Amino acid sequence: MEKKATRDSYGEALVMLAEKRPDLVVLDADLAAATKTGTFKAAYPDKFFDCGIAEANMMGVAAGIATTGKLVFASSFAMFAAGRAFEIVRNSIGYPHLNVKIGATHAGISVGEDGASHQCNEDIAIMRAIPGMTIINPADDVEAKAAVLAMADYVGPTYMRFGRLAAPIFNDAATYKFEVGKGVQIKDGKDITIIATGLMVAEAIEAGKALAEQGIDARVINIHTIKPIDRDIIIKAAKETGKIITVEEHSVIGGLGSAVAEVVTEECPVPVIKIGVKDTYGHSGPAVALLKEFGLCADNIVATAKAALGK
Amino acid sequence: MDEQLKKQLEIAATKVRMGVIEGVYNAKAGHPGGSLSVADTLTYLYMNRMNVDPANPEMADRDRLVLSKGHTAPALYACLAHRGFFPVEELKTLRKIDSRLQGHPVRGKVPGVDMSTGSLGQGISAACGMALSGKISSDTYKVYTVLGDGEIQEGQVWEAAMFAAHYQLDNLVAVVDNNGLQIDGKIGDVMSPYPIDEKFAAFGWHVICINGHDFDEIEKAFNEAETVLNKPTVIIQRSTKGKGVSFMENQCGWHGKAPNDEEYAKAMDELKARLAELEK
Repeated sequence: MEKKATRDSYGEALVMLAEKRPDLVVLDADLAAATKTGTFKAAYPDKFFDCGIAEANMMGVAAGIATTGKLVFASSFAMFAAGRAFEIVRNSIGYPHLNVKIGATHAGISVGEDGASHQCNEDIAIMRAIPGMTIINPADDVEAKAAVLAMADYVGPTYMRFGRLAAPIFNDAATYKFEVGKGVQIKDGKDITIIATGLMVAEAIEAGKALAEQGIDARVINIHTIKPIDRDIIIKAAKETGKIITVEEHSVIGGLGSAVAEVVTEECPVPVIKIGVKDTYGHSGPAVALLKEFGLCADNIVATAKAALGK
Repeated sequence: MDEQLKKQLEIAATKVRMGVIEGVYNAKAGHPGGSLSVADTLTYLYMNRMNVDPANPEMADRDRLVLSKGHTAPALYACLAHRGFFPVEELKTLRKIDSRLQGHPVRGKVPGVDMSTGSLGQGISAACGMALSGKISSDTYKVYTVLGDGEIQEGQVWEAAMFAAHYQLDNLVAVVDNNGLQIDGKIGDVMSPYPIDEKFAAFGWHVICINGHDFDEIEKAFNEAETVLNKPTVIIQRSTKGKGVSFMENQCGWHGKAPNDEEYAKAMDELKARLAELEK
């Protein structure tokens, strides 16, 4: 299967978005080469502004631009976009509900060799706590591009999460439709539901196939919009399959697993088993090896599902 | 400045100060000290300088003001009310549970407020964004932002200062209200930001130092700022915290405290006497 990092999709989609929205402005904080906003910069040098290594100011500048009605993306690594600049995102973007799109790349443990200082496993939790913030975590190239293009018409503060590692492209560009806030059922199933987001969706699909071969009928759902979350698809899965496994390249505290559990406990309590980074820091290493070590892989999803079903 | 205009501005500033006291007294909380020190400059900007229209507060080509020292919202609200954005009577609702006059300004809630502020150091960045946006689309509006002298201890202010100079935002004017006091004491004792002028100059700004309670100097400074090309301008104004209310002047205890009944009466008497004298 062809692979591409969603950060590459992000850079390319910004160029496409500029055709729909000539008022688009893109900011970065000295990481254009890595976040791939450099792709946009090369195409539209007059609409790109480097803010230097100063993420707090960049988020405030983005807020100011948004007040004038232009569409603005502010980009950095997830650690700095959500982490360092949190309070500016909260007070200058979230509170006045400004139309700023935060393009956060290098999210999760798949940052790899840079180590724990740059492996942000907390960004979804932090951003989810901001009232009115939309959070989108696309799974592959097709979804990432569609999500960025959807921002042409989607008004409000939005945190978009992209990865460094090449991800399998499983969606079909010709037929894929992206809708903010709508989960996507990839495979039906009645025994258990695997709900995944971002890089983990491809692993969940693989796990679904492996389980099928072993006689377990797992439903697989892709949640690209973590907030506002698609309650209906989760409640339906809880009612129809009775058990849920969540999979995310993020801490098990505050991310997709928590969001799913919040819905399930309120509406239809069933066991929710969270696969994610277990309240710990990552470390340096090749991305794929790290993902395996932290259980963020199809094998672990399969094992977890079997254990949950007592098989 | 024309003497008649100066008198009108002094009258307006006195009314703004009365609005500050009225609001903070009724709220039983708020920040009178810094509101009073910046009242003259805000009055000048809203009554005599800025292109704003109370009937059309979201007018695209309006001048913008970001009150980066957002805790002095009482002064901003009083200026907006006296400029006609909402009824002056509403100032009494400051900080009340059902009021749109929040403790710190909120964009979209109060007509005329261009940006939500209150967390120090953030407003100047938003002002930079507004100014940059104006440059991108060749708009002619000006952007003003008002900072506290304690506020510039925030690192973000200097990120923004670097940004504004780098992108040659000559449509941006920052005011630093140098009243010399912050919550914990004199700014020089708590964490000295001095020399403020040399710091901004080193960051590439055009620097003007004035007395923030002299309308001649205030007007001259903003006129000068308009002639500066390819650089942002900072107006560093020496000011008196609590200006206009004798017992509040230069007292850091009046940074964030409301007057009691007796203090309120005394403050209003002083301001009313000042108004009567000016209107004679």
